Amino acid sequence: MEATLFYILAAVLLIGILLAITARQVVRSIVYLVTSFFALALMFYLLGAPLIAAFEVIIYAGAIMVLFLFVIMMLELESPEKLPHPHLKNWLPALLLAGAVVGSLVVLLCSRLQAVPPGFIEIPVRQFAFALFKQYGVAVEVVSMQLLFALVGALYLGRRR
Amino acid sequence: MTWTATDIALMLGKIVLLYAIILTGAAYLVLAERRILGFLQDRIGPNRVGPFGLLQPLADVIKMLTKEDMIPKAADRLLFSMAPAMAAIPAILTFAIIPVGAPLQLFGRQVNLQVADLNVGVLFFMALSSVAVYGIALGGWASNSKYALLGSIRGLSQLISYELSMGLSLVPVVMLAKSLSLADIVNAQADMPFIVYQPVAFVIFLVSILAECRRIPFDLPEAEGELVAGFHTEYSGMRFGLFFVGEYINIISLSSLASLFFLGGWRGPLLPPIVWFFIKVGLFSFLFIWVRGTLPRLRYDQLMHLGWKFLTPLALLNILVTGWWLALR
Repeated sequence: MEATLFYILAAVLLIGILLAITARQVVRSIVYLVTSFFALALMFYLLGAPLIAAFEVIIYAGAIMVLFLFVIMMLELESPEKLPHPHLKNWLPALLLAGAVVGSLVVLLCSRLQAVPPGFIEIPVRQFAFALFKQYGVAVEVVSMQLLFALVGALYLGRRR
Repeated sequence: MTWTATDIALMLGKIVLLYAIILTGAAYLVLAERRILGFLQDRIGPNRVGPFGLLQPLADVIKMLTKEDMIPKAADRLLFSMAPAMAAIPAILTFAIIPVGAPLQLFGRQVNLQVADLNVGVLFFMALSSVAVYGIALGGWASNSKYALLGSIRGLSQLISYELSMGLSLVPVVMLAKSLSLADIVNAQADMPFIVYQPVAFVIFLVSILAECRRIPFDLPEAEGELVAGFHTEYSGMRFGLFFVGEYINIISLSSLASLFFLGGWRGPLLPPIVWFFIKVGLFSFLFIWVRGTLPRLRYDQLMHLGWKFLTPLALLNILVTGWWLALR
């Protein structure tokens, strides 16, 4: 049951991301990306992490992509421009990077043939919250301060002169 | 957990029943709104089709289905046809986590009157309400019309803004109930509904859900005086119908959530639980209609100021005060 669901979700995820990359219309690629976020959220749920699943949808699909959409809707109203086919030498860095990623994936997959055993337990929200705010409280505060710095910086740079 | 045939049958039964109730409820909410608005504005309202106009929803559906379905030539066809569904589906999905009554004993087992008791129920609701933005945004964008685009940009910014105050107003409720599951939140209100402890959060939540529904004091995305019909200007026939029904389903689901979070859901004296639940939801839905018949529309800057400069700081303050109260008690 879980395995079937997993494969369906994996297919949706991969197709969604492929379409997101290849779509000409930016708004459409946002829709495809959001679809793949949903599949990813359900995968987290299957892995026994409902909290992460909810955050995936709230933060990524519901906040970040909506802001992207907002900006794109304001900027781009015409039909997408047709770009010329990229030169062969421009392909090289992309191919190099893709080769590195695929190579390391193959090495990782070959070094660990065993699948992760199922039998995981669902982590309750309470335990997650304790870990986040007690155990790693200082780290979380530091990260949020950094986000605040970035926010204040953006505000400073973008203010009206 | 392994699923037996009875479990699956029960689950299917619950889902089918829920669908029937939601869709009939939404259809009759439309009629109720038209009748009540008529009463408030000193006119009769629709009373021709059937006794007291009770068959009016049926006539409306037939009208919607037989109308010409137009797609503008310059529209993005795929997104244009998907947007109404994107607006209606999150509203319907919200009902999956709403407990409508006390657990029953059926076929020798305990049956929760709730499709799924998620332990992250509140977050599930927040996720769906943040995804509901896409229907409006894409509907307006895909129409490729100025009015629709302006309407959907307004809708986007309004929904993002008020989602924040709505989410923050629910934090004290979660703090008091010590759980994110809706069944636990209702159980935590066995002695006293949370509106007694959290009147401020209740008011913030109420204003925010009015804004989330894009109803009259906050209906700037479809302000007919300026934008024709806002994000659904180009829609006709059943596609428009889906937007329309989605709005009313949203009213019912947000009313149910307001009664669950603050009025104790199905809890109440004397009457059976389900009746109490329907009474509370009915009261909130009536409030939505009453507000529509009473208040004028806000200006756009007033809307943004109310959300960002008043409701959100107030909700944050309320969280702090609740935290102190819980810590010092």
